[in-house]
Amino acid sequence: MAKAIGSSPPASRGDRLFDAANKLLLGLLLVLIAYPLYFVVIASFSDSTQVLMGHVFLLPEGFSLDAYARVLRNHDLALGYRNVLLYCAVGTLVNVAMTVAGAYPLSRRDFAGRRIIMLLIAFTMFFGGGIIPTYIVVKSLGLVNSMWALILPGAVSAWNLIIMRTFFQHAIPIELQESALLDGCSNIRLLLRIVLPLSLPVVAVVALYYAVGHWNSYFPALIYLSDRSKYPLQMFLRELLVQNQLQTMMETDSETMAQQAKVAEGLKYAVIVVSSLPMLCLYPLLQRYFVKGVMVGAVKG
Amino acid sequence: MLTSSRSRMAAVLRNWQLYALIAPVLAYYVVFHYMPMYGLQIAFKDFMASKGIGGSEWVGLKYFKQFFDSFYAGRILKNTLGLSALQLLVGFPMPILLALMISELREGRFKRTVQSVTYAPHFLSAVVLVGMMMTLLSPGNGLVGRLLALFGAEPIHFFGSPGWFKPLYALSDVWQNMGWASIIYLAALAGIDPQLYEAAVMDGAGKLRKMLHITLPGLVPTIVVLLILNLGTLMSVGFEKAFLMQNDLNLDSSEVVSTYVYKKGLIGAQISFGAAVGLFNSVINFTLLVLVNGLSRRCSETSLW
Repeated sequence: MAKAIGSSPPASRGDRLFDAANKLLLGLLLVLIAYPLYFVVIASFSDSTQVLMGHVFLLPEGFSLDAYARVLRNHDLALGYRNVLLYCAVGTLVNVAMTVAGAYPLSRRDFAGRRIIMLLIAFTMFFGGGIIPTYIVVKSLGLVNSMWALILPGAVSAWNLIIMRTFFQHAIPIELQESALLDGCSNIRLLLRIVLPLSLPVVAVVALYYAVGHWNSYFPALIYLSDRSKYPLQMFLRELLVQNQLQTMMETDSETMAQQAKVAEGLKYAVIVVSSLPMLCLYPLLQRYFVKGVMVGAVKG
Repeated sequence: MLTSSRSRMAAVLRNWQLYALIAPVLAYYVVFHYMPMYGLQIAFKDFMASKGIGGSEWVGLKYFKQFFDSFYAGRILKNTLGLSALQLLVGFPMPILLALMISELREGRFKRTVQSVTYAPHFLSAVVLVGMMMTLLSPGNGLVGRLLALFGAEPIHFFGSPGWFKPLYALSDVWQNMGWASIIYLAALAGIDPQLYEAAVMDGAGKLRKMLHITLPGLVPTIVVLLILNLGTLMSVGFEKAFLMQNDLNLDSSEVVSTYVYKKGLIGAQISFGAAVGLFNSVINFTLLVLVNGLSRRCSETSLW
């Protein structure tokens, strides 16, 4: 180790060892995280007997699209997909509009009352009524068993509001806003014509956060929806993947019990892939924007 | 005084559009956050839907006593605390370690791949995550069962045994969120003064020493803030994943406060009882948060407020 002293440009032996160990460990971690995801994909394209026998490890065995054919013919999943697309679209629209409407006034230093309003909002991040009193409120508003029960109770997330407010405060020059106001521009016009066009990255981040939340959530649907025809995708996924109710996928009269059990296992992989597909497609975009969002939040959290 | 209050009034009038803008948001917070807090009084009442929240009879601490006298109270509190403590113990250091390791990589393909792959599982839903676990861990023919058989080990009924619930819960959380949680530390790393590293190199420090003596201390404020937030939720375990992982066989170790409140209060229609258990839990969490925050402000000058 004596040689290491004072040798900064050519890496010392200790540093090379450190780098090698670091890369090795990260490589191992990479495999641990990626392999389950990879396995689900190759299993979904394999013959279900081969999967059950444990022959699938690195590549699909007995390539088959049978599972996908069954999944796509399934009415529940199609219904769930349609519903969640609707909830996701309407919900995200409401979320973004409300978050902008809350974040912009709170970003303005000349907005009297901003401290007390901010306090009121931030307090809800740490204390709340809990599910039962919330349920009573939602019920008394007549929202139970309607899609608004999935959208309105979570219309604004305090966290996203703070991210957006921070962005408005730090990224939009205050002089620009003041001169626009002096020129007789109204506050609403200022927001729509100047502030929002300059804030598209943060609006995108927040919209994506909300959209992923809507796509993945099942708890509000579990407590508020009783009508099966209104269930979002995750509720049907729960029946299929967790409660093992795969009967709707079986062509009952033509299949024996043993066959059914075999098919059922194979189906799950295809169901997972199909239901996560939109997120997988969005992922490259999500990653870029989401990371930015976390950074913005970290600047002044 | 008069002029200042008058100019203040003028400022409010000038910005009336801003107040119109924020009005629906305020209405939202009143209706969906502060009304439920007002509704928490049903924890001290015999709630009857026909009489409403205000009109129901006061019963004092009846439902809190009922909970603490019940056979389940100790077990549920122990499960909740045990589960989140384990999650904190395993899940908190991993993202820090990962961020430190990623920051040592040179910009390039490998670094980008590590980041993309470790962030990805964060976007899977709880249902898909639990569905994947059940399928891959199924003792007869799941992937893990096959691997165990390959080494001649006995099949393990992961979801059928109470002992496996907590480790599975915590480890799957690490798998899903470690990468995502590391982003905030990577952001904090970008703020460390590069001169510190240059000085350390002059003094002959290797990579390991730079990591331990510059990078890690640079992360401490972020670590403290996140630790406060985490300790503040020590008595709460999220509903979604725990509920999905539950079954009759592992209920002894998997019943936590949130799932119990749901089952008693909403499914079992014991509204006041459920609200009391929920309130007890929120108060504990809030108290913890305030305590830890105060302690941290005194000891390290880092705090949430």
